[in-house]
Amino acid sequence: MAATETFVGTPVLRKEDPDLITGQASFVDNQTMPGMVWMYVVRTPFAHAKLNAVDVGPARSMPGVIAAYTAVDLAGDFGGPLPFVWPITEDIKVPTHQALTSDKVRYLGDGVAVVLAETRVQAKDAAEAVTYDCDPLPAVTDMEEAMKDEVLIHEDLGTNVTVHWSHGGAGDQSVFDTAPVIVQERYHQPRLIPNAIEPRGCLAFGIPAQGEFTLVSATQIPHIVKVTLSGTCNIPEQKLRIIAPDVGGGFGSKLNVYAEEALALVLARKTKRPVKWVEERSENYLATIHGRGVTHDCTIAASEDGKILGMKFVEIADMGAYYQLLTPGIPELGGWVYMGPYDPQAYWYEFRGVLTNATPTDAYRGAGRPEATYVVERMLDALARRVGKDPADVRRMNLHPPHAEAVTSLMGLQVDSANYEPTFDRALELVGYEQWRKEQASRRDAGDLRQIGIGISSYIEMCGLAPSNILGALRYAAGGWDGATIECLPTGKVILKTGTSPHGQGHETSWAQVVADGLGVTPDDVEVLHGDTAITPLGMDTYGSRSVAVGATAIHFAMEKVRAKARTIAAHELEVSEDDVEWSDGAFRVKGAPEKAKTVPEVAFSAWHAHALPEGVEPHLNATAVWDPPNFTWPGGTHICVSEVDTETGKVDILQYVAVDDCGNVINPQIVDGQVHGGVAQGIAEALYEEALYDQSGNLMTSTMQNYLIPSAAEIPPLTLDRTVTPSTTNPLGVKGIGEAGTIAAPPAVVNSVIDALSHLGVTDVGKPASPERVWRAIQQARAEGPPGGPSSSRSVAAPVSEGGAA
Amino acid sequence: MIPASFDYERASSVEEAISLLGSHEDAKLLAGGHSLLPAMKLRVARPSMLVDIGRLTDLSYIREDGDAVAIGALTRHHDVANSDALHELCPIASYAAGQVGDPQVRHVGTIGGSVAHGDPAGDMPTVLLALDATFVAQGPNGTRQIAAGDLFTSLFETALAPNEVLTEIRVPKSKDRGWSYLKFNRRAQDWAIVGVAALDGASPAVALTNMGLTPIRATAVEQALAGGADPATAAQQAAEGTAPPDDAFASAEYRRELAKVLVRRALEDASG
Repeated sequence: MAATETFVGTPVLRKEDPDLITGQASFVDNQTMPGMVWMYVVRTPFAHAKLNAVDVGPARSMPGVIAAYTAVDLAGDFGGPLPFVWPITEDIKVPTHQALTSDKVRYLGDGVAVVLAETRVQAKDAAEAVTYDCDPLPAVTDMEEAMKDEVLIHEDLGTNVTVHWSHGGAGDQSVFDTAPVIVQERYHQPRLIPNAIEPRGCLAFGIPAQGEFTLVSATQIPHIVKVTLSGTCNIPEQKLRIIAPDVGGGFGSKLNVYAEEALALVLARKTKRPVKWVEERSENYLATIHGRGVTHDCTIAASEDGKILGMKFVEIADMGAYYQLLTPGIPELGGWVYMGPYDPQAYWYEFRGVLTNATPTDAYRGAGRPEATYVVERMLDALARRVGKDPADVRRMNLHPPHAEAVTSLMGLQVDSANYEPTFDRALELVGYEQWRKEQASRRDAGDLRQIGIGISSYIEMCGLAPSNILGALRYAAGGWDGATIECLPTGKVILKTGTSPHGQGHETSWAQVVADGLGVTPDDVEVLHGDTAITPLGMDTYGSRSVAVGATAIHFAMEKVRAKARTIAAHELEVSEDDVEWSDGAFRVKGAPEKAKTVPEVAFSAWHAHALPEGVEPHLNATAVWDPPNFTWPGGTHICVSEVDTETGKVDILQYVAVDDCGNVINPQIVDGQVHGGVAQGIAEALYEEALYDQSGNLMTSTMQNYLIPSAAEIPPLTLDRTVTPSTTNPLGVKGIGEAGTIAAPPAVVNSVIDALSHLGVTDVGKPASPERVWRAIQQARAEGPPGGPSSSRSVAAPVSEGGAA
Repeated sequence: MIPASFDYERASSVEEAISLLGSHEDAKLLAGGHSLLPAMKLRVARPSMLVDIGRLTDLSYIREDGDAVAIGALTRHHDVANSDALHELCPIASYAAGQVGDPQVRHVGTIGGSVAHGDPAGDMPTVLLALDATFVAQGPNGTRQIAAGDLFTSLFETALAPNEVLTEIRVPKSKDRGWSYLKFNRRAQDWAIVGVAALDGASPAVALTNMGLTPIRATAVEQALAGGADPATAAQQAAEGTAPPDDAFASAEYRRELAKVLVRRALEDASG
C-alpha cells in the first residue's frame, strides 16, 4: 500500500523525543564498559606560567590510581600535535598545540598531566595530588594589550598578532574619503562561553593487539575527528572508528577536536583499558572553546539622505592561547556578510587575529556571522541617527533588490536568491511598528521613568557549508560535500544512512520526511542512522547550518538513484517500457492505467529475492550519493525587538519580539520554529546577559553558572514568528538552513532597542551585554554631557568595564 | 562538580544532630543543601562530615503562637510561600519566600538553612531582620533565643555555635503594616544584586539585602522616616552605613544608587 500522504512541509512530531524525554537516550556518560578507567586532566591555576617540572609521583600512590603521566611521559605516544585545519593565509603563524603542555602553561585550560583511576572521584582526588613547579608570568587577556607584544604567548612565533586576513576590498574605495556622510563607530563583543546541556565527554576502547580503536565522543563531527585524530594519535585510519551517540547540543563547541579525545585514545592503547572522560561544567568554562571576543572599527559612507555608499570593517579577533580546529577561520567566515542585505557600492573587510592567555575561540552558533551582523546593524542605526531618519526607513531604502536567480555580490560570492523587502515589511507589520513609535513618543513627552525602544535587525547568512572548490580556495583542509545511503529492506522499510551528525536538530525526523515523500512510505518506515563512521563513512558532519542544504540534498540524490532503479524493476514487472511508467500518488503507475502500479516496498521485495530481475540489474534496492554543493545558501530575515528600559536602574525588559525569517523551503515547520526559538533565546542572552570576564591575572571570573548568566525561560519573552519563502537555487530542495538565524539576528535587535529607548537622552551606546549597570552608566554619562546636539552627533561610548570586572 | 570525600550521618533527632556536630571537627548540618552542596562541588567547602537533618519533619511547621507566627527551621521555602497563616498574619514573609531561587530551590531549600548560612544576598535574612524576628537555637545546654539584630555577625557567619541547631523562627504578626519586598536581579533565579524589605507602621522598618557583610537595617532611612521625611527624601539616606560588594555583577557605586531607588519604591509600595 503506497502512502499518498506527503510529509515535507508538515509538523511531523520529532522521532527523537520519546527516548530523550523518558530517559532512554544514550549519551557518553551513560556508557560503561568492563575494565573501564576514568581519566582526569590536571590543569593549573595559572593563565600563564613557565612550567619547570610536573611530579605525578604523589598521584600514582593514591587509591585506585592506574597510571599518571606528564607530557614528557607521553611524548612517544602521539603522531603529531592537535589538529588545526584552516591556515587561512600563506604567512599565518600557527602555534604548536600539544595534548599536554610541557614548557609553558598558556591558559587555564592547558593540561599538564593526566591521571587514570578506577573511579571518577579517585581520578579527581589523585589529580589534586599532582604537584608542579611553575614560575607565573604576566598574563594578557586583553587583545589590545596582547598586540603590544610585551608578553608573548608563543615566543617562537615572535608576535601575538599571528594572522592578518583581508578581503581586499571591492568597489570604489574613495567613497570612504569623499562621501558627504561618514559614520565611524567602534564596537566590542565580549567572549561567550558555549553551554551545551551535555558537557563534552568521551570513551576510548579497542583491541590493542589488532591496533583497532573506537572513540565514543560527544562530538558534532565524528568524520572529521576520525581523519584528524588518526594522525594525532598515530592510529591508521582504517583501524579507527568514531561514534557520536546521543549528543546533547553543541552550538559549535563540539565542532572541534580536543586534547581529551586524543588523550583518551592514546591512553586506551597504552594501558589496554577502556578510558572514559566526562567534562565537569567548570572545566567546560576553561577548556572548551569560547566564542566571539572581537572588536570592530566600522565606517559607513553615505549620502546626506542615508543611502549607503560604502561599508568598511576592520576587526581584531581574540584567538586565545592556541588555534583549535578552525580558530582564525571564524572571523573570515563572517567576512562575506558585512554588507548585510544591503547594496553598497564599496566594501572593505579585514581582520587581525591576536593570541591571548585565554581559552581558544572557535565556532560558536553563527561563527563569524553574528559578529558581522551585530556591527552592521548597529551601524545602520548609527547612520539613521546621523541623518535624522527612522531606522526602518534607512534600512528599506538600502535593501538589495530582489533576485530569484543567483547574483554575484559585491564581496565576490554568489547569493543564491533574495527577496528582502517582503520579509522586512512583514516584521514591521507584525510588531505594529507605527503604534510602538507613537507609544515611544508619548512616553518621551511624559518623561516616563520607563522608556520604550524599538530595535531592528535585518540579516543575511552564508549557510550550506560549502562548495569544496571554494573551501580549497580559502585554504580549508577538507571539502564541503556530504553523503547519503538509502537501503530499501525486503519488508518495505527503509534505512537511511546520513553523513550529517545531529545533536538536537531533529534530522531523524526531517530526513525521514524527505525519504518518505520520495519513496512513498511514511516517516515511521524510515530509520535514520548517523554519527558512526563505521556505519555512515561518507560524511562531513553538522555545523554552519549545512545539514539540510547539503546533507538532505545528498539524500535527495540518493533517492533519485533508488527511484531510477526501482522504476526499471517496476516497468519490468508491469510488463511495460520504462517510458510508460510514471510516479504518482506514491507509486510507479502505468500511464493511462494508474491502477496498474508497483510501490517501492513491492519493488524492494522483488529486488531482495531477485527471482526475476531485468537483465543487468543487481539485486537489492539501494543507492549512495555524495553531493558537493555548487554554491552556499543565503537565508535572511528581519527581527524586531521592543524593549522597556527602566531609566532609574538600567534594567531592560523585552516587551515584544518578532522574527520573520526566510530559510527557503521548509521541511518541518515545527522544527524550524524550534531552531528560531532557541537561537533567539541565545541571542537575547548575548545581548543582555552573557559575557566571559577575566581579571588582570587571567583568572576567569565568570567561572560557574552562578556568575556566567545564562538566562532561563523566565527571562525570555514570548516570540512571534513568521516566515517568507524564497527558495534556494543552490539545491533542488530549495532549502537554505535555519540553525543559526536566531543568534545572528537577535543581538543587534535587542541592543538597538535599548539604545533607541534612550537616544533622546543622548545615549548612542550601552555596550554588550547591555547589563543594567552598563545601561545605567550610559544614561548617567549622557545626562552629564547634556542633551544630544542635533542630528550630527554620533559618538561611541566605550563600554565601561572596570578592572574588577564590574559593569 | 565532584566534591571531596566526606562522612555522612542522618540525624534522627535534634539532640542526635547536636551530638554529631560536637563529636566531629568541621562537621556541617545539611538541610536543603542548596548553598552547601554547590560549594562542596566546587571544593570550596570541604566539611569532614555532613549531618543530615533533612528528615526531621517535626521541624517543619507554621503555626500561630501568641503575638507571633512560629516557623520550624526545616520548613521549605515553598511551604512558607504558600502558608495561609503567613498570608494573613505576616504576608511579607510568605511573599519573600516566593522570591527565593527558582521552584526547585524553593521545594528543597529551607528557611532555617537560608538563615543559618548567613548570606547577605539571601532574601529571607533581610526580611526577618526587618520584621525583628526571633531565632530559637538548641545546643548541648538547651535552647536560647537570639534577636534578629544579633544573629548575623559577618559574611556567612552567625551567632550560632558550631554545635547549635537553629530550630525555629518566630516572626511578629504584621497584618496591619504595609509592606514591600523588592528584589533587583538579572535573572529570576539569582540572588539579589540589591534587595529592600520595608514595613510601615508606627516605627517603620527598612532592611537591605546584599549591601554589606550581613543583611542590614537602613537605620538612616528609618530615622528620617521617624522624623517625618517623605519616602523620596528618606530614601536618599539608603546608602548610609552600607558597604556593598563590588563584583562582576555590579559595582559598589551602582549598588548604592540602586538602594536609593529601590528604597524609595519600596516605601511608596508599602504605604500605597
